Amino acid sequence: MQECSLYESWGRFPKVYHLGEYVPRNFDEADIFIQMVDVSVLPRGKGRSYGDSCLNQNGYLISTRLLDKFIDFNPVSGVVKCDAGVTLDEILKVFVPKGWFPSVTPGTKYVTIGGAIANDVHGKNHHIAGTFCKHVRCFELLRSDGERYLCSRDTNSQLFHATIGGLGLTGIILWAEITLRPIMNSLIEAESIQFNGIDEFFQISLESSGYEYTVSWLDCQYGGKYPVRGIFMRGNHPLSVDGASCGIVHAYQAWKSVPCDAPSCFLSRHTVKLFNTAYYHKQIFRHQKRIVHYDTFFYPLDGITNWNRMYGKNGFLQWQCAVPVTADNMAIKTIIHKIIESKLGSFLAVMKEFGSQPQEGMLSFPMPGITLALDFPNAGQKLFSLLEYLDSVVIKAGGRIYPAKDSRMSEETFQASYPDFNSFKAFIDPKFSSSFYRRVHRLR
Amino acid sequence: MTASNKILIIGATSAIAYETAKIFAKHGSSLYLCARDEHELKRLADDLLIRGAKEVCFSHFDALSSDSIISSIDTCLEKYPDLDGLLIAHGTLPDQHLCEQDIDEMERAVRINFTSSAAILTYIAPYFEQLGHGCITVISSVAGDRGRQSNYVYGSAKGAMSIFLSGLRQRLHKAGVSVVTIKPGFVDTPMTANIAKNFLFAKPDVIASGIYKAFYKSSNTVYLPWFWRWIMLIIRNIPEVVFLRIRL
Repeated sequence: MQECSLYESWGRFPKVYHLGEYVPRNFDEADIFIQMVDVSVLPRGKGRSYGDSCLNQNGYLISTRLLDKFIDFNPVSGVVKCDAGVTLDEILKVFVPKGWFPSVTPGTKYVTIGGAIANDVHGKNHHIAGTFCKHVRCFELLRSDGERYLCSRDTNSQLFHATIGGLGLTGIILWAEITLRPIMNSLIEAESIQFNGIDEFFQISLESSGYEYTVSWLDCQYGGKYPVRGIFMRGNHPLSVDGASCGIVHAYQAWKSVPCDAPSCFLSRHTVKLFNTAYYHKQIFRHQKRIVHYDTFFYPLDGITNWNRMYGKNGFLQWQCAVPVTADNMAIKTIIHKIIESKLGSFLAVMKEFGSQPQEGMLSFPMPGITLALDFPNAGQKLFSLLEYLDSVVIKAGGRIYPAKDSRMSEETFQASYPDFNSFKAFIDPKFSSSFYRRVHRLR
Repeated sequence: MTASNKILIIGATSAIAYETAKIFAKHGSSLYLCARDEHELKRLADDLLIRGAKEVCFSHFDALSSDSIISSIDTCLEKYPDLDGLLIAHGTLPDQHLCEQDIDEMERAVRINFTSSAAILTYIAPYFEQLGHGCITVISSVAGDRGRQSNYVYGSAKGAMSIFLSGLRQRLHKAGVSVVTIKPGFVDTPMTANIAKNFLFAKPDVIASGIYKAFYKSSNTVYLPWFWRWIMLIIRNIPEVVFLRIRL
């Protein structure tokens, strides 16, 4: 066990002390440890959540990094049973050559299955496939009472729905069964379309219902005639491409890396503006089609190891909201306007229209509507005030903020975002806690 | 060597061995796993099969018992009479302080980290000699290159291992069998869980891909990652008078 150490999450803010991190080598060791300790514990996968939902100040973290074994695979149905610490990266490495792909994947492949369930992550195909947990058949949950609960839609179904998106608070997931989808090759037929203004975005989004994957990159630094511009990206798994098979490996294997903290001026307003302009104009034609490897399409940032260091040692905050679509889409326009006006945003801004699938977990984030995610270099108080204001716009519009990305939302914002929180509380394991949970649920 | 190797892995549940087994599995090898924890071996076997291994067998193995060593190798050779690869990866990182005070503890550390591996090699060497090809890969350590006050018991066992392998390499070379000495530096594994990590620590999968390459290239001695060759060159060449005055 690693004693008393400083831990951070992907956003590198906040950094907090823990009593230690315990790394069980098997399920029994996890059980014994949870029984033994008398302070709170929190399961942790790859620590790719941005804020404090994967931190547990003054408590213990239980790392699932050695619970990384595959248990079973059915080559007919594509159902894989594996430990909670198996990452999507491992699943891709093992199953893409066999002709299978994750049914839902977030923007990084360096997430564990346990983490993907605990945050009910979504991907570019949410409008068609729903969230990650829609494709989770069952999992086993170990709780501090020493019991292992098999959870599925039929067995312990309430615990199943509480654990989905439950931020690791209901116990530790030991293994899960997930369904993969068949593919014919490892490529994606991708299109990118430049757009100007939010209305044009919605127009293209509407026309893109036939595409399995859609997402947009947004330029929040643009000072031109339209309030905002961006690139709409959409894609499908092609049925056949000449000479292509599932065995094609991507040319780069994360050879680029940010070796140390960048100086804080590295991502100034001007460098970001430069990057954004270059990125917007990288395509000569307004509408471009090409065939790319899945790594290029889904995980562009995974190609740069430790890209989070670009923001310097103060780290960064990510903010992701979802708001319902309305006739005038006033809320999302106000939010984007405010962000542009503040000049605090960075180059990573993405927008997507969610589908209308029913919510899988009590605290699942995706809801019918539009979602917007942005990175902000940690600029201190003025950023916090901006985000506080944006939260209020979101809540007023009936939207919500994503806990996996958050390190600062208020208790009120959280509870207004998740009306099922009160029923969720009944399923929290008394020995499990997180910095996030204590922040949004202060005991009075 | 072709992709259809049959490989015996001793200490298969260790992090480095598992990562190496994953690469062998991906290339369709047949694996025979030996370790103490049978339950964990079963889990590894399922995992490696899914990862592409042609076949995975396993048996319980206790490094401290000669009977266990002999019977494990016998059952493995019964199963794979044409075995052509061996990876020895078991070991412990003893508490140096305890080893300084307790003869039994010291002896145990040497038995696990040296004597048991020497016993395995002694028992299996004639088989490889007769086979006339194949590769024996053993994980030693950079700690064996020079005794240091902070871990010379472990270091001396690993040092003895390296010397044993060097002799065995010379002997089996004539028969066409290669013997590879792997000298990893600091690796982030459960064995080093209690040690504070610094930038010199490598991930087990990095070490594993080095082992896989060394196995196929039939290298002699390989430092992993590569820079340890140069670090150890310096450490080995520090004059004893100076060495006495520094803390390592």
